[in-house]
Amino acid sequence: MNAHNPAIVAKGDTLLSIENVSLAFGGVKALSDISFDIRKGEIRAIIGPNGAGKTSMLNVINGFYHPQQGRILFQGRTRAKMRPHEAAAGGIARTFQNVALFRGMSALDNIMAGRTLAMHSNFFWQLLRYGPAMQEEVVHRRRVEEIIDFLEIAAIRKTPVGRLPYGLQKRVELGRALAMEPQLLLLDEPMAGMNLEEKEDMSRFIIDVNHQFGTTIALIEHDMGVVMDLSDRVVVLDYGRKIADGTPTEIMANQKVIDAYLGVAH
Amino acid sequence: MRSNPGEGPFEVAPHPNPLPSKRAFTPVFDGLCGERERTARGAALMDLLYKIFLDPFVQMGAAPDLLVQTLWEGLVAGVLYSLIALGYVLIFKASGVFNFAQGIMVVFSALTLVGLYQLGVPAFLALALTIGVMFVLAFGIERLILRPLVNQPDIILFMATFGLTYLLIGFGELVFGGEPKVMITEALYLPKGAIEFKILGGFVQLQKIDIAAAIIASIMVAGLAVFFQKTRIGRALRAVADSHKAALSVGISLEYIWVVVWFTSGIVALATGIMWGAKSQVDFALEIIALKALPVLILGGFTSIPGAIVGGVIIGVGEKIGEFYWGPLLGSGIESWLAYVIALIFLLFRPQGLFGERIIERI
Amino acid sequence: MFYREAGQFKTSYAADQAVFPLLQDRIGIGVILAVAFVLIPLTGNSFVLQAMMIPFLIFSLASIGLNILTGYTGLISLGTGAFMGVGAYACYKLTTYFPNVNIIVWVICSGFASAAVGVLFGLPSLRIKGFYLAVATLAAQFFLSWCFIRVPWLYNNNSSGAIEVPLRTFFGIPITGPNATPMTRYFVVLSIVVAMTWLASNLVHGRIGRMWMAVRDMDIAAELIGIRLLPTKLFAFAVSSFYCGVSGALLVFLWYGGAEPAVFDVNQSFFILFMVIIGGLGSLLGSFFGAALIFLLPIVLRFLPPKLGFQIHSAMIDHVQFLVVGTLIIVFLILEPAGLARLWSIAKQKLRVWPFPY
Repeated sequence: MNAHNPAIVAKGDTLLSIENVSLAFGGVKALSDISFDIRKGEIRAIIGPNGAGKTSMLNVINGFYHPQQGRILFQGRTRAKMRPHEAAAGGIARTFQNVALFRGMSALDNIMAGRTLAMHSNFFWQLLRYGPAMQEEVVHRRRVEEIIDFLEIAAIRKTPVGRLPYGLQKRVELGRALAMEPQLLLLDEPMAGMNLEEKEDMSRFIIDVNHQFGTTIALIEHDMGVVMDLSDRVVVLDYGRKIADGTPTEIMANQKVIDAYLGVAH
Repeated sequence: MRSNPGEGPFEVAPHPNPLPSKRAFTPVFDGLCGERERTARGAALMDLLYKIFLDPFVQMGAAPDLLVQTLWEGLVAGVLYSLIALGYVLIFKASGVFNFAQGIMVVFSALTLVGLYQLGVPAFLALALTIGVMFVLAFGIERLILRPLVNQPDIILFMATFGLTYLLIGFGELVFGGEPKVMITEALYLPKGAIEFKILGGFVQLQKIDIAAAIIASIMVAGLAVFFQKTRIGRALRAVADSHKAALSVGISLEYIWVVVWFTSGIVALATGIMWGAKSQVDFALEIIALKALPVLILGGFTSIPGAIVGGVIIGVGEKIGEFYWGPLLGSGIESWLAYVIALIFLLFRPQGLFGERIIERI
Repeated sequence: MFYREAGQFKTSYAADQAVFPLLQDRIGIGVILAVAFVLIPLTGNSFVLQAMMIPFLIFSLASIGLNILTGYTGLISLGTGAFMGVGAYACYKLTTYFPNVNIIVWVICSGFASAAVGVLFGLPSLRIKGFYLAVATLAAQFFLSWCFIRVPWLYNNNSSGAIEVPLRTFFGIPITGPNATPMTRYFVVLSIVVAMTWLASNLVHGRIGRMWMAVRDMDIAAELIGIRLLPTKLFAFAVSSFYCGVSGALLVFLWYGGAEPAVFDVNQSFFILFMVIIGGLGSLLGSFFGAALIFLLPIVLRFLPPKLGFQIHSAMIDHVQFLVVGTLIIVFLILEPAGLARLWSIAKQKLRVWPFPY
């Protein structure tokens, strides 16, 4: 889908870089002095024990929280304070830990909603549902159908998502994020609560998205097997600090990471 | 009521402010008509600004007894708003239901009391019977409305209490008739008349029933606070307020808690009804007054008992002061919306209310 | 069996994205329109038109307005009555100043006045959610009600404080004022309501409707896919108030023929809210169902008993009416919280699979 878009950042260069970011809620430090980068075209995993600040990190990246210190460069530009919808317009898409679908809408409408930013026909054509409005509707429906085919959810496209089982909801949510044709896709525990088969499917989709569309992916996941298989590089957070950063093999051998997960004998 | 109603702002001589508007009235160039017009318009503007920003305070300073009287009336109105708001808070805390029918429960309970008395039941027996009726009502509401609607979205429960409002209006009018009634104050040994005393060079009049209302309200609030904080049922109530599912899982019976809480707020409604009925009369117009408790809830937060009290007093006093000192500027009657606007402005700065915790959205 | 889509193959996305993709639905709409435009005028007497059909259509329009705000965008409003009032008074002022312009133009334009006021009172919705917002809209309700009483300019300094609808014609036929026949007024109201329903249906099925529903279902996720919350909410307020304003203008100009401020008080707001909830949140069809049930049922209650030979005191009927409406609201909510619209879709499903259970 994304293949024809002129890539502003070449593959392998830094797409997003986080520099000395700190975030606190009142007196509670959620993130302290974190720096890492995400390169164009890679799958970057963010791991860490519960409460390590992984989700907060994603929230900072797409503008939901504003860090007190540090700066974020996206596509080489320093980002000022940014609202989430601006991040979305800049090409950052996101899925959530707890499925955040529009429950009252069908799977198709959910994914169509993901294309809101790409749709521009004005209010008066919308009122008439004719001319540019209808053409636009059809053009984007075609794109959405490609995503639906890709995610193998054609059978449920008209089902209200509230009625779908959890695994399919996660898939629809991924579809909605893909519909935005993002530069950077943030996945917050895409495989939480799934059985083995569903995990395998989801892993396949993630790899395919990365390979076919060249989408850069930042991924939070607890299943270490999945993380080690999928990701190109891994950053490890613990208590809001970065404790390690490197390739999966390096991380597996890192003593600090092992301590963080298993605890240290005092 | 007002000490010097006919006089304009310029007659308040001892005011130290140089009053720029006074100067503006003298035409500078007699020959230039446009200039004069402009000065006149400037004068009108200054006059308006004066009326908004200075005159009310000048009046307050000039007649402190009137200010005290207005404050007292605001306080009393505020206490009654607080009582209604308290009924909302109790139910919202324990069941997450925004009980629109609280206002009508006030009317319904007062109507039942007066109606029974008119049928020849002695006053205190009527009071006891009314409490019984409120219990039956609470039980019925739990059994017939809440239980079938468990786990529905908030707005559905909210609408159900709308239905309950209509049901109670229809039922109350059918049984007791639609005409306004007089509250049986003497039979309940509630004091009547007023105390007058001298203060700050004038008289202030306090209705005894108002004093009684303030005292009874304080006792009830204190009682409820103890009930909520110290008893086992109170703890269960707070648990239910936080999470229905979690409360169920530790063996708290939702049905029981709901009956208790609706009954309690029925009692609060009855007390409010008696007090309010004694001040005006008992009829269904009170329903609109009950809506006044909503801004109180906003100020205090939906779940805070102290918030309901403080919010009620702020709204009551703000409304009376606003109406008395600023109302004439706008052609009076601003009491009907002032409370809402106060609440609205307040919300823009503190969306979680006075005592609410800061809302942190998690995703 | 009766409602099967089998054999209706869509060969283009345009066909599948249509508002009524099914043949049966299109036939159904055609039948309803035929009944409304031909059968009812032919068979209905002026009582049916004046006391039932005209107000039913007007209230349906107001319900659609509120449904756009509450059902589609998830913002509870208790100020519908006031927004209807703004429409009515705006129309009155406009036709006073420019009596020669066609009244239908002014009825539509009055919607814009209402939309502007709606946007103004919608501004707090950025920070306020849920019941808090409901109370904020009550501020609009009470403030505007106060204006309708205290600002004499609005009713041309009339000593009665009420507005009187003057005679206005459309190609020589009187459509407002005392000389307009129920039949003409019915056609005017019906045309406006049908046209505006069609436009609303176009809106809610397209991009704008999806944006509204996204905000309703999960505002955070909506923001993260690039929907700006405040403009979207304000737009919903504007469109909703536009519909309410037009229906308010219709209410006064084509039904009552005059109005006091009390028509647009808080009870009117509640009344419309009942229609929306009973009809079904987020369903245009439901708005019509709700208006029918809440408005027509009391009429039936009022006129049925005498027909059956019961003589009931009129005050008694009032009480019973409250009792019955209250009970109905509760019963409907318990039986089907999603409203009559859901019952309808269940019925359609049953028809689809009939004679088999599933």
